[in-house]
Amino acid sequence: MTTLYEEIRPEPHGGIPVRRVTITVNGEKRVAEVEPRLLLAHLLRQGFKLTGTHTGCDTTNCGACTVLVDGVPAKSCTMLAVQADGHEVMTVEGLASASELHPIQEGFKDEHGLQCGFCTPGMMLTAKALLDENPDPTEDEVRWALSGNLCRCTGYQNIVKSVLWAAAKMRPAAAADQDGS
Amino acid sequence: MSQALDEIKIGGLGASRKRVEDNRFLRGKGNYVDDIVLPGMLHMEILRSPLAHARIRSVDASKAWDIPGVRLVLTGEMMATRNLAWMPTLSYDTQAVLATDKVRFQGQEVACVIADDPYIAKDACEAIVVDYEPLPVIVNPTQAMAEGAPLIRDDKENQHDNVVYDWEVGDKAGTDAAFARADRVSSLELHYPRSHPSPLECCGSIADFDRSTSKLTVYMTTQAPHIIRAAVSMVAELPEHMIRIVSPDLGGGFGNKVPVYPGYVASILASILLERPVKWIEDKSGNLISTGFGRDVYLQGELALRNDGKILAVRMHTDADHGAFFSDAQPSKFKIGLMHSAFACYDIPYAHLTARGMYTNKAPGGVAYRCSLRVTEAMYFQERMVQAAADDLGIDQAEFRRLNFVRDDDFPHRTPFGFLTDSGQYGKCLDVGLQAVGYENFLKQKEEAKKRGRLLGIGISTMTEPLGAGNSREYDILGIKMFDSAELRVHMSGKAILRTGAKTQGQGHETTWAQIVSHELGIPAEDIVVEEGDTDTAPFGMGTYASRSTPVAGAAVAMVSRKIRAKARKLAAHLLEVSEEDVEWELGRFYVRSARDRGVTIQECAMAAYSNMPDGMEPGLENNAYYDPPNLTWPFACYIVTVEVDPQTGVWDVLNVVAVDDCGVRINPMIVEGQIMGGLTEAYAMASMQFITFDAEGNCVGSNYMDYLLPTAWETPGFELHEVVTPCPHHPIGAKGVGECATVGGPAAFVNAVMDALKGTGVRNIDMPLLADRVYEALTLRHDVSGAPPVKTDDA
Repeated sequence: MTTLYEEIRPEPHGGIPVRRVTITVNGEKRVAEVEPRLLLAHLLRQGFKLTGTHTGCDTTNCGACTVLVDGVPAKSCTMLAVQADGHEVMTVEGLASASELHPIQEGFKDEHGLQCGFCTPGMMLTAKALLDENPDPTEDEVRWALSGNLCRCTGYQNIVKSVLWAAAKMRPAAAADQDGS
Repeated sequence: MSQALDEIKIGGLGASRKRVEDNRFLRGKGNYVDDIVLPGMLHMEILRSPLAHARIRSVDASKAWDIPGVRLVLTGEMMATRNLAWMPTLSYDTQAVLATDKVRFQGQEVACVIADDPYIAKDACEAIVVDYEPLPVIVNPTQAMAEGAPLIRDDKENQHDNVVYDWEVGDKAGTDAAFARADRVSSLELHYPRSHPSPLECCGSIADFDRSTSKLTVYMTTQAPHIIRAAVSMVAELPEHMIRIVSPDLGGGFGNKVPVYPGYVASILASILLERPVKWIEDKSGNLISTGFGRDVYLQGELALRNDGKILAVRMHTDADHGAFFSDAQPSKFKIGLMHSAFACYDIPYAHLTARGMYTNKAPGGVAYRCSLRVTEAMYFQERMVQAAADDLGIDQAEFRRLNFVRDDDFPHRTPFGFLTDSGQYGKCLDVGLQAVGYENFLKQKEEAKKRGRLLGIGISTMTEPLGAGNSREYDILGIKMFDSAELRVHMSGKAILRTGAKTQGQGHETTWAQIVSHELGIPAEDIVVEEGDTDTAPFGMGTYASRSTPVAGAAVAMVSRKIRAKARKLAAHLLEVSEEDVEWELGRFYVRSARDRGVTIQECAMAAYSNMPDGMEPGLENNAYYDPPNLTWPFACYIVTVEVDPQTGVWDVLNVVAVDDCGVRINPMIVEGQIMGGLTEAYAMASMQFITFDAEGNCVGSNYMDYLLPTAWETPGFELHEVVTPCPHHPIGAKGVGECATVGGPAAFVNAVMDALKGTGVRNIDMPLLADRVYEALTLRHDVSGAPPVKTDDA
């Protein structure tokens, strides 16, 4: 992130010392100076302008803020930014390539797996972690994997279908990769 | 050449068109209020009362002012000097913006801090010292009515008790007479617990007052931007044209984002004082303990019955707990919303409803939580009473309903409380549902299971509900009539932009409104952009809640399209060099009646409107429509749920959920089904776990997602959906509202199923949510279980 200048507050952060963190976000190395108490969700949203990560409940219940930390779903509203120092973080902005949606995104669109869209980034990242580990989940396995993410609009049935849609779409590719190796 | 357009292919009426809004949501590129950052923006936090009822002795904010980065501390006293300590509610009451004299519920707004970042603002809130003198607390209507009860609204001159209103509707004499000649009377008492709509996104605003232009722009989470503009104009005494309300993407609403909240007002004042943008983003606890709740109504219900199963009359009394301020968002004329829509699907000659509202030391609200204004309570009471009556008479619950349904050839039908229903096939919906669930077979299974000590139950809920307020004769909010609007601009290439007075929160208006235009004009849906939520650009409308968008704004979209088509017809006649009478319309194209091959497309007409209009014709192809519906729309639904109750624990599992919805013509079946499944989930939530209660000191139990339980993908059952289509006779495309039907009709199906499993135990009622301990208590002690607050504590 290059900026020509940055305004420094005369008395930064009430005298709290800042820590420098280096986090690889969606494949790109990002450096920031943060208060130790800054939540990862806030660094991503306000610091790195990645507003696809939403904060819903502040208590680790709703999962709207779910990101992948080294491939594992983490609720970024109850993780400090300093805890992510040296780690790889994936947000919803990292799912699609410039031109193409990720199969999970396609699945959510095709199966009408979202309405207001607020829970969707967290849902999709949790789904990605599931499918990375288990490319052929049952409906129950999908429901269990998503049970840390709340949705108030859809009733989940279409979200589950979306994930199963993506699993089916991703499987032949996964199989082809395995064949090729 | 002149092959007719395939309406489904162009994304018209009936197409399960994929949603256009998904493209940004899926990429994390939605634009919710917290995503908006303005240059120089400050951040506001609210200090809330920890006590439910207390006199404020003093507020000392000096330590907060001393914290570096703090720009402003607002207290009630400061608000009062600007005449902003109190604001009007949507129900002609007043509500404190920041408390001055007393706090009246836990979570009430006491002070605000505006600072350079939200962390500093939160720190500073903690540095404010408030000295409270605790007062006795009221958490239910019985306490509110008790002799010597503390007066909650001592701020109001003529208020000498805790009663908000006494209201009645219906025919008392006729009802009394019918009860006198009844073979028997079936009665039921219950409580519909307080619930919170709890959209995942909390409320928030960014107020941006620009001194150089005197213009106030407010980005905020509102389902009704134009109502908010009117309210802000009134409260802040700013001229309407100098206020711009922008409602960006909303992370759900469900009625929670209709009212005006103190946080909005405080952020506006802060921006005016500081001349900088001020952002307020509520946290989840703030949202759950202070903003618009739903329900919290007690029922005493009676049905006058004939032994052959005919319902002769209905008598209902409701006591509603409104919290500390009467701020229901509802039509002015009706004090308890449309509670009197109860029993609309049954042919009953007499009915009488008395309703009383009470102030308590709980958050204000009474919003239409996925509900057309207290209709959720009405239908729950109705269907619980119907099941109890069927059991009392020993008549099969499905048969009892069929016996009392309004018949298909009886429309239009005047309901016992005076509504006019206009269409429906109630018996058919019930048949479809019973067949889908395998009713007869399940009853046999249930008997078999019972022999082995297993408790199976089946619950039915059938209802028609009034959606799409208003008509303007009867429905207004603060005097503003409940119509809605659409504005359509067709560009010269035949692409178009549509704006409406509604405001989507996930319902998919950007997708479905384009489908209506497509249906009316033959313009492919992908060629139409839909915008809502900006009062500077959208036509005046009442917003989206109470399932009114399709019935009202959707109708306006059809009507404005027809105006455009009427003008396009003149352009077509000009282009085809024939008289207008000789021009015929088919989807997307006008042609000469006598020569079908000679025609022009709607796109060619659009081009002509800007480049080749006939002499004397006003150029351009745009128009608007304000739609005042002649009546509400009356969708019908039949929900059937089967459950198994574990007698050892009181835990119940859902075996099957069948939903049959008749919402008239479906614009986008995929989206309609999505709405129904979402609604069923909220119904299951309320029946099983989701509620807000209070202890005797007025502490809110349910102030965060660890206490306020919402079902996850794991608990939520699967749903089987069916449809029946009875077009609405007065809606331009035959559609009816649907967004809330399942939330309204669903809860009774779940509860009736559990109660059916408990049949024979003598238990008449368990209040929602049917928590395992309540079911267990009912089963083992064989008595009704009340859920009314205060909650039992260990030492009680």
